[in-house]
Amino acid sequence: MWRSPEPRKFYDIIIVGGGGHGLGTAYYLAKEHGLKNIAVIEKGWLGSGNTGRNTTIIRSNYLWDESAHLYDHSLKLWENLSTELNYNVMFSQRGVLNLAHNEHDIKEIKRRVSANQLNGIDSHWADPKEIKKLVPIMNINNCRYPVLGASFQPRGGVARHDAVAWGYAMRADELGVDVIQNCEVKKIRTKNGKVHGVETTRGIIRAKRIGVVASGHTSVLAETAGVRLPLQSKPLQALVSEPIKPVINTVVMSNAVHAYVSQSDKGELVIGAGTDGYNSFTQRGGYNIIEDTIRSIVELYPIFGKMKMLRQWGGIVDICPDASPIISKCEVEGLYFNCGWGTGGFKATPGSANLFAHTIAKDKAHSINAPFSLERFVSGRLVDEHGAAAVAH
Amino acid sequence: MLLIKCPYCGERDQSEFTNGGEAHVTRPKNPEQVTDREWAEYVFIRSNPKGIYYERWVHSHGCKKWFNAVRNTSTDEILLTYKIGETPPPIKKFQNTLKSPSGEPDVGSGNFTVKKP
Repeated sequence: MWRSPEPRKFYDIIIVGGGGHGLGTAYYLAKEHGLKNIAVIEKGWLGSGNTGRNTTIIRSNYLWDESAHLYDHSLKLWENLSTELNYNVMFSQRGVLNLAHNEHDIKEIKRRVSANQLNGIDSHWADPKEIKKLVPIMNINNCRYPVLGASFQPRGGVARHDAVAWGYAMRADELGVDVIQNCEVKKIRTKNGKVHGVETTRGIIRAKRIGVVASGHTSVLAETAGVRLPLQSKPLQALVSEPIKPVINTVVMSNAVHAYVSQSDKGELVIGAGTDGYNSFTQRGGYNIIEDTIRSIVELYPIFGKMKMLRQWGGIVDICPDASPIISKCEVEGLYFNCGWGTGGFKATPGSANLFAHTIAKDKAHSINAPFSLERFVSGRLVDEHGAAAVAH
Repeated sequence: MLLIKCPYCGERDQSEFTNGGEAHVTRPKNPEQVTDREWAEYVFIRSNPKGIYYERWVHSHGCKKWFNAVRNTSTDEILLTYKIGETPPPIKKFQNTLKSPSGEPDVGSGNFTVKKP
């Protein structure tokens, strides 16, 4: 699959974090920018963080132009990713529904659908009749918050999360990237305002440029280099049921009652819950959060009422004040951050990696990720995507 | 779920409380002289430590009073709660039981409040 090399003493570029975003960044640095002497350093095993913990939903129906361009760039890369990597990432464009349960939802979602269409994104307003046709098992009117409509993006869907990490790791490895697992970065060393290297559990490794893609732990690492990021880390939970025969062939998300569900190829229902209301690094999350989600799931799909849940887990997500990511340089020369993906980073994996590689290689943001700089918190030019982010936080 | 000790009402279930983010953040004294960068720091940037954290809670479904708490974010243990206006105890007073600087326990993922004997 990939080598397990001993870390060298020096790399031109070190990527901290061996999830999809980090491995993808290394891949594009080597592939598109022809760079060599690159390492990806991961504290656990590949994809052991949020890459392996999310509910794998992929869509690009975001409100603002900046986000629409960013997420659709990613979606376009998803559409060719299996071919690009010559590895099946099981990308399945089964469509994504975002439900409206009240007057405000209708207005907000219709506005977003119009904005999407202006940006060339295949989103449309689906009425309850169409929803019932797409998802016959849904209880749309005999519940406390009836389903009044939805946005539907047919190009959206799901992919196999581990395969994304493995695919990028294999191809990056072939291009000479050192993928180093079980090596925790403890500190980023700087010298005269420039990066110097990283202290790891396997010694000090020097580097000219360092890209940090450590999701929930990014701000902890940034602090060691004296950089304060506008991030807050919270547990986000998900759970899967016992496997059953195919019963739901699209992805259904509801922001208002906070329930989203899809069915994996193995037949398990994959259910996403919300974030806890306080900062935490415990990868488990509060029981009250899944209780809320299950309550809504059972009301929306009475057929699931007697199902058993197999597993529940939590991942630590890094949330930005405007629910948009940061792909940016910072005041330390040679230090780059790709973080703040919060509750919805998986869908952005190829796009984020591609743009982060560009930012590191050229020492300058690509026009797509330029609006997602750290500078926006000083200028006040935020990209508020709390509506489209779909997970309340 | 957490059990939180409100300094006014005593121990209650977490569902009665709402978290208010980082405690002891002070508004700039001379707002007219503050630069955009300093405003950004005050408005958007908060500490996010893995370990000892000073935070605010409000007993929303109880006495409705705000108070401060010291919690270890890597275990969710609440080490102390105290009233607004009281001097926060120094961080040295609390022992961070975690070994590595980024706070990862040797085994598992910070789940050790439940693993305690």
